[in-house]
Amino acid sequence: MPSPAFHAPGTVDEVVGLLAGDPQARVLAGGTDLIVQMRSGRIAPSAVIDLKRIGGMSGVRVEAGTFAIGAATACTALKDCAELVAAWPGVVEAANLIGSVQVRNRATMGGNLCNASPAADSVPALVAAGATCVVAGPAGRREVPVAAIPAGPGKTSLAPGEFVVEIRLPPRPAGGGDAYLRSIPRTEMDIAVVGAGVSLVLGPDGTCTSARIALGAVAPTVVLVEDAAAALVGSRLDDAALDRMAEAVRAACRPIDDKRGTAGYRTAMAAVLARRTVNIARERAQSESTSKA
Amino acid sequence: MNAPSDQKTFRLVGTRPIRPDGIEKVTGKAIYGPDFVAPGMLHGAVLRSPHPHARIRGIDTRRAEALAGVKAVVTGADFPGGAEGTVAGGETPTDLKYASIKCMARDKVFFEGHAVAAVAATSAAVAEEALKLIAVDYEVLPHVTDIEEALRPGGPILHDDVFTQGLAETPTTPSNASLRFAMTRGDAEQALGAAVEVYTGRFTLQPVHQGYIEPHACVASWQADGQGQIWCSTQGHFSVRAMTAGILGMSIASIRVMPLEIGGGFGGKTTVYLEPVAMLLSRKAGRPVRLAMQRGDIFRASGPAPGAVIDIRLGALADGTLSGADIEFKYNGGGLPGAYEVYSGVMSTLSCYRVPDANVVGWNVLTNMPTVHAYRAPGAPQTYFAVECAIDELARRLGIDPIDMRLRNVLRPGDTDGRGMTLGAIGYAETLEATKAHPHYAAPLGPNQGRGIACGSWGNYGGPSTAAVSLAEDGSILVTEGNPDIGGSRAAMAMMAAETLGIAYEKVRVTVADTSSIGYSMGTGGSRTTFATGMAVVQAAEAVIEIMKQRAAQMLGADAAGIEWRDGAAVLGEQRLSIAEIAAKSGMTGGPISAEAAIHPGGFLPGFGAHICDLEIDPETGHTTVVRYTALQDVGRAIHPDYVEGQIQGGAVQGIGWALNEAYVYDREGHLDNAGFLDYRMPVASDMPMIEAVMIEVPNPDHPYGVKGVGETPIVPPLAAVANAVRDATGLRIGDLPLSPDRIYARLQAAE
Ligand SMILES: Cc1cc2nc3c(=O)[nH]c(=O)nc-3n(C[C@H](O)[C@H](O)[C@H](O)COP(=O)(O)OP(=O)(O)OC[C@H]3O[C@@H](n4cnc5c(N)ncnc54)[C@H](O)[C@@H]3O)c2cc1C
Repeated sequence: MPSPAFHAPGTVDEVVGLLAGDPQARVLAGGTDLIVQMRSGRIAPSAVIDLKRIGGMSGVRVEAGTFAIGAATACTALKDCAELVAAWPGVVEAANLIGSVQVRNRATMGGNLCNASPAADSVPALVAAGATCVVAGPAGRREVPVAAIPAGPGKTSLAPGEFVVEIRLPPRPAGGGDAYLRSIPRTEMDIAVVGAGVSLVLGPDGTCTSARIALGAVAPTVVLVEDAAAALVGSRLDDAALDRMAEAVRAACRPIDDKRGTAGYRTAMAAVLARRTVNIARERAQSESTSKA
Repeated sequence: MNAPSDQKTFRLVGTRPIRPDGIEKVTGKAIYGPDFVAPGMLHGAVLRSPHPHARIRGIDTRRAEALAGVKAVVTGADFPGGAEGTVAGGETPTDLKYASIKCMARDKVFFEGHAVAAVAATSAAVAEEALKLIAVDYEVLPHVTDIEEALRPGGPILHDDVFTQGLAETPTTPSNASLRFAMTRGDAEQALGAAVEVYTGRFTLQPVHQGYIEPHACVASWQADGQGQIWCSTQGHFSVRAMTAGILGMSIASIRVMPLEIGGGFGGKTTVYLEPVAMLLSRKAGRPVRLAMQRGDIFRASGPAPGAVIDIRLGALADGTLSGADIEFKYNGGGLPGAYEVYSGVMSTLSCYRVPDANVVGWNVLTNMPTVHAYRAPGAPQTYFAVECAIDELARRLGIDPIDMRLRNVLRPGDTDGRGMTLGAIGYAETLEATKAHPHYAAPLGPNQGRGIACGSWGNYGGPSTAAVSLAEDGSILVTEGNPDIGGSRAAMAMMAAETLGIAYEKVRVTVADTSSIGYSMGTGGSRTTFATGMAVVQAAEAVIEIMKQRAAQMLGADAAGIEWRDGAAVLGEQRLSIAEIAAKSGMTGGPISAEAAIHPGGFLPGFGAHICDLEIDPETGHTTVVRYTALQDVGRAIHPDYVEGQIQGGAVQGIGWALNEAYVYDREGHLDNAGFLDYRMPVASDMPMIEAVMIEVPNPDHPYGVKGVGETPIVPPLAAVANAVRDATGLRIGDLPLSPDRIYARLQAAE
């Protein structure tokens, strides 16, 4: 039983070369999914390619209000970037719900995304925030929405030789606020039964001018519920609008029954969580608009 | 307040010195089961059945044997037949025939994960590879994991040779109901007919695992002369020795078992899964062999506590007197007969109350799940759950405070318990009075919050123990015992020895010795160690004092009868000889000074606990948050209060986990779907408030320092304390555990 080869290249091109030359090779970020899956025998990659030695792969770059988060950035490190915390608190919170402190000191959002679990916590928050990712591959670099990466449980849309170099978040819009909540039976160390990410923009009078609502663990991949967002836009987030939003959320759920929750419970909780998440995002957006005013 | 007037004060007993094994453990130097390495050791691996129920038509191991690096392969065919009889385990005796089949399947597998073959090889990777080369020809059989389905006529029968025990007439057809056990007193039907209120209900519980962090692991080494050694983590190395000897047909004295440090057991490490297999592999390979379980193996193949279905009718008079009870429960015993939880369950049901007319019937039902094994107060939390919920309902109907209701019925000194033991200095009423007086009980509740009260008791035990006390040349003291230290017992033993000898705690060092270095000691379980082994330590220390008095008399040229033992010295008038002085001269006064006590003490007393649980329900999601929890317990006397409080807190958390989220989840194919800590939802630290442990000290007069066992009682009350709090918060009596968010949500929706 040959043990997998281990590579720790220093450049993005080397990673692409190694990946392109060996379809059984896997990228290693924090390893909190990869190593667990290797040890359980679920996967047996021929080679493991560590991203952490590549210059610029760890840390958050702030460029004119946009954020470029390197693929090797541990979730806890996101909290060190005050601008990011101020702009996208929901994303930072979502990434910092994963596992435990020890897990988060290793785990990355890129790994969370590319592991392609329907229940991945940071993904609905990223999708709600309109995040994109930069993908490097044999054909060069391309930038795609985060939502385009997961293709089903454990599957991504990445082509052979491709990997995610960084995740990008736009500047926070004026009057914007985001949030993420998940439902788990315990307080931590659990996988989301349902997750809801929300990003809102409120006008000066409190009218919602734009909204994005994304759900985790209710379908094979993260779901961006456009009908739910549409139910909010133009409203002042009154009860009637929230009811329509909740209804749209329920309608968008296509969950399964499994050990973590029944389909019916998941659908019901998606609506409850979406409502609560909207309320947090609203508060953040309002505090934003009042502080600007 | 609750202290009896004869409360003695002690120098060390009741203080909180640092435990002697602490530094070694927190610095990672302590050697636990999976850490041990022997020179030339081979790595073993076990092939486990993917099917919950199947006949083994044949096993072809030839390709595995041919793999380079493989040194031995064993299957059920390598085990000697005819192992029989029982071996005292920790809390429950073990039937050898089934203990052997549990280690390795013969012609059938009875649960997913049942061992079918094992290999030993030069590396773990080679051993794993060899497992893939073993071809097992299974005839897959229909399976059953549910208690009631297992009793349905026409369903799969696990064992052709198991006929229900305990029936008036011996049945002629085999059954999955392996055992019926009943306890009847008075006339339950008549009493229920005459009761003012009768609560009738059904309660269900899921199997739960002990959840110890350290996996089962051992190294076994067989020698050509027929002797063998085992290094393992266990609650009872003497029973590892006896079980391995019994299963393999070796003499008991030919096996020496070295106990390593233990990372949790809770009853689950009072049996063998690996040791006989490793010994057989070692015999074939001629080298030491290690076997260790992975977490998935632990969930699939080591014994959980039984799930249960319980039907109860409990009657009360207008003043709250419990007048009659009719209780029938069925425990999910798993794949193999021999579980004893039904006996202890019957005897524990109602064990702390005077119910003159009662009928309690228990059944053990075999299913295609891992065979159940002891878990903290085995058999008691399940029936107590039903009884304490029923009392809660009766108290509500009668308009009586739930603590007053229990005070009216609880046993008092001089009463007889369910086992027929007349009880002496029990502090049940004192514990309940303290619960009522505790500020928690009067504290206001917030919105969506509820408060639950429940009690629980466990019989405790004495059991055989051996301990030796000897003087080192400089007068420092060695205590040698045969009980693995799970919860701080080295500290407690050192304190009791030092207290008796009148010396400093630090002067005493305690060793947990192997099976050849100290006499027989029943395992660390049954809440017996501080009581029984502690008593042996005290008696050995007293014998050493007698010897030292004689030696001092020789040294002083006086009569031993005139010598007093005071503050760690032999005293005669103005003259004083310290232990160091006596030790220094021992070569001239008769040689080394040491004494051993080998005892099987009676005089143990049960434990009793009363718990208060406050929890908050999120009405939109069904989530519960335990916001405050207080556990009061009659502990006899706490030798080292930290470890007594730790037992109370730990037991409470395990019971809360059982109530809230823990459960085995099987899929349709009979595969365990949550065989890991991610989805087997034990509480994590942030789920729990600080659990306040309140020790009520009503000393046991039959123990030199007043000890009653404390380890098991605290897991008994929480199940009902939690369910009663949910009842209080929501108005819903939910009798099915776990009280997970989706279940509570569904019930809240249905009630709307
Ligand atoms: C105890 C525990 C608790 C957990 N709790 C949670 C939880 O609460 N919520 C949750 O969402 N997850 C949880 N997880 C899962 C895991 O921690 C997260 O998914 C984490 O974000 C994965 O990141 P990583 O950097 O460790 O990924 P890795 O394990 O390094 O990689 C995961 C997968 O993605 C691939 N990959 C990694 N980076 C890239 C990249 N840049 N480009 C392309 N492919 C890449 C890898 O090849 C691998 O297939 C938990 C895991 C553990 C062990």
